[in-house]
Amino acid sequence: MLSVFSVVNQKYHRSPNHEITKCPYTSLVVVDVDAEVVANTRLSADYNVIALAAPAIASDVKPGQFVMVRVGTGSDPLLRRPFSVFEILRDERGRATAITLLNKRVGVGTRLLFKMERGHVVPVLGPLGRPFEPVEPPIRAWLVAGGVGLAPFATLAETLRTRAVDVTLFYGGRSATDLFYVDWFQRLGVRTVLTTEDGTQGERGRVTLPLERALRSIDREQPIMMYACGPEPMLEAVAHLARRFDRPSQVSVERVMGCGLGGCYSCVIRVRQHHGGSHFVRSCIGGPVFRGDEIVW
Amino acid sequence: MVNPVDLSVRLGPLELRNPVIAASGCFGYGVEYAGVVDLATLGGVAVKGLFLTEREGHPPERIVETPSGMVNAIGLQGIGVHRFIREKMPELRDRGATVLVNICGSTLDEYVELARILSDVEGVAALELNISCPNIKEGGITFGCSLPGTHQVVSAVRRVTPLPVIPKLTPNVTDVAAFARAAEDAGADAVSLVNTFLAMVIDVETRRPELSNVVGGLSGPAIRPIAVRMVYECRQAVKIPVIGMGGIASARDAIEFFIAGASAIQIGTANFVDPFIWGKVLSGIAEYMTRHSIARISDLVGTLDTTAREQQWTSS
Ligand SMILES: Cc1cc2nc3c(=O)[nH]c(=O)nc-3n(C[C@H](O)[C@H](O)[C@H](O)COP(=O)(O)OP(=O)(O)OC[C@H]3O[C@@H](n4cnc5c(N)ncnc54)[C@H](O)[C@@H]3O)c2cc1C
Ligand SMILES: Cc1cc2nc3c(=O)[nH]c(=O)nc-3n(C[C@H](O)[C@H](O)[C@H](O)COP(=O)(O)O)c2cc1C
Ligand code: FES
Repeated sequence: MLSVFSVVNQKYHRSPNHEITKCPYTSLVVVDVDAEVVANTRLSADYNVIALAAPAIASDVKPGQFVMVRVGTGSDPLLRRPFSVFEILRDERGRATAITLLNKRVGVGTRLLFKMERGHVVPVLGPLGRPFEPVEPPIRAWLVAGGVGLAPFATLAETLRTRAVDVTLFYGGRSATDLFYVDWFQRLGVRTVLTTEDGTQGERGRVTLPLERALRSIDREQPIMMYACGPEPMLEAVAHLARRFDRPSQVSVERVMGCGLGGCYSCVIRVRQHHGGSHFVRSCIGGPVFRGDEIVW
Repeated sequence: MVNPVDLSVRLGPLELRNPVIAASGCFGYGVEYAGVVDLATLGGVAVKGLFLTEREGHPPERIVETPSGMVNAIGLQGIGVHRFIREKMPELRDRGATVLVNICGSTLDEYVELARILSDVEGVAALELNISCPNIKEGGITFGCSLPGTHQVVSAVRRVTPLPVIPKLTPNVTDVAAFARAAEDAGADAVSLVNTFLAMVIDVETRRPELSNVVGGLSGPAIRPIAVRMVYECRQAVKIPVIGMGGIASARDAIEFFIAGASAIQIGTANFVDPFIWGKVLSGIAEYMTRHSIARISDLVGTLDTTAREQQWTSS
């Protein structure tokens, strides 16, 4: 058997047979874009927003989906890192040209992203994962964000506001210096409820405090959907509140991910099965968004 | 213009369209990657290790990154052979994948039973016997770490299946070539190596192990030189073909294994880093063969030149 292979120089690699792919969760077309860093804006000593030119991903990604970023060049750090898509940037004609990531410095990879300069090229794989399911009016959307968990809510809020959904953002951080883009959300017409653990902005304490009050005071007849992203204890607290007040919720979980495509089984989370019992589900393809009541906390 | 080169390989009774195979446990059941790579363009797909029954695997954390590598203790979470045949095989067949089923058992009987069941399934090209998983206590490795055990499990499976039998060897032994010989004596059609190296990572701040299973298996570029050496040793020791793997992340790395004596190679960890690696490695191999006027990939296998360096030394 003879085979001929020619090197195809393309800016990104597109799946060969996406039209016959029938994956219920992941995007039909996964691409790996050599994305140029077009901006890197420091927000604080630990947070930055990095903009990456990736039209193929920007035009396709849905709120709640993520990308796998190859932050290093050699083999150390080796694995890609998962990041929610924060914003979608558009040119003057409205075409999606770039995505941004809201990055928090916690280790070797996020440190590289923190100081990455304009012009640097990073491979970005996506869009990946099961997105949020946006609601329609008259359902109200309550977004609950803890720290860097704000990331998937910029695109979700945009989608919801386009549908004229009434949106409230409950946003908690350690301190005033950990809260970002509040006026951005307000300009979109999103009501914001802020908390900080040290009381430097908004209410002192955890974000679940005002959330619980709101759940108690809202009219039972008013349908709501809660969306949550943040540290796992916060997600668990939100899911418990949802159950207590008999409200639906969607939570986006963060697990250590080796591949983002369902190949390695590193990213599992325990999920209830229909017929009772539970099993480990790969959160990269079964999630990262789950119904709050699906997960065994 | 790239001249046509012949990338097809013959591993005993097993014919592959090219020598690049997706490594077990690093490519799901194959179908997960159908949206990224045309499975029919791969030499083969070694699916995630299967037991007779479903397995839950270890709780997280299951992986941790290390310098140029990663340590995993997934614990062989899996859907079991019956669901695999029902739910995954039809799609793998439809997509034209050459399927190597990686099987694991806790007992000899389980290996035999798995081999029997899979022998009747259309589209299964070969059985890769996982006797080398370092992450589960109850079996597999107990065969893979003992010469009589290896011989016993390979010959038992050999007796019940017409499929090509490829034991996958562990590097966690003193003399891997002796295990390749035991497998050959027992009737293996080929051997594949290496599985992961037993390893461990500790969080020094908390003094806790990074993995829930405490220990796991090291893979990735960090292990490549050791894997190349082991493939080389096995190639010297046996006549059956050797399938090499361990840290391959480029065409250059693959070629190193061919020269050391691998008739085909597998890619595991590097697929996590770049799921589009397959076309790049295949075209890189073809380009190398053209550049070196090698018409058939088999002409490259085991061509290590050990004389050149000695001459250089004597002449300097
Ligand atoms: C679907 C998804 C979306 C994410 N979105 C964002 C985002 O928008 N912005 C952002 O800043 N971060 C996000 N993260 C978390 C981010 O991927 C991790 O912070 C990052 O991988 C850490 O890499 P590192 O090399 O800096 O840390 P490492 O040096 O690898 O580790 C440093 C510390 O971070 C912890 N860590 C490693 N991986 C994760 C993880 N996946 N989640 C939580 N902690 C981790 C390690 O346990 C360790 O304690 C997301 C994670 C997932 C799974
Ligand atoms: C996450 C992970 C899971 C694996 N699961 C299996 C498995 O189920 N069966 C098996 O035979 N090998 C398994 N392996 C071993 C690989 O197939 C391969 O032998 C090893 O990783 C070395 O190759 P690499 O460096 O290219 O990854 C696994 C490796 C990794 C990283
Ligand atoms: S990250 Fe590899 S399976 Fe989910």
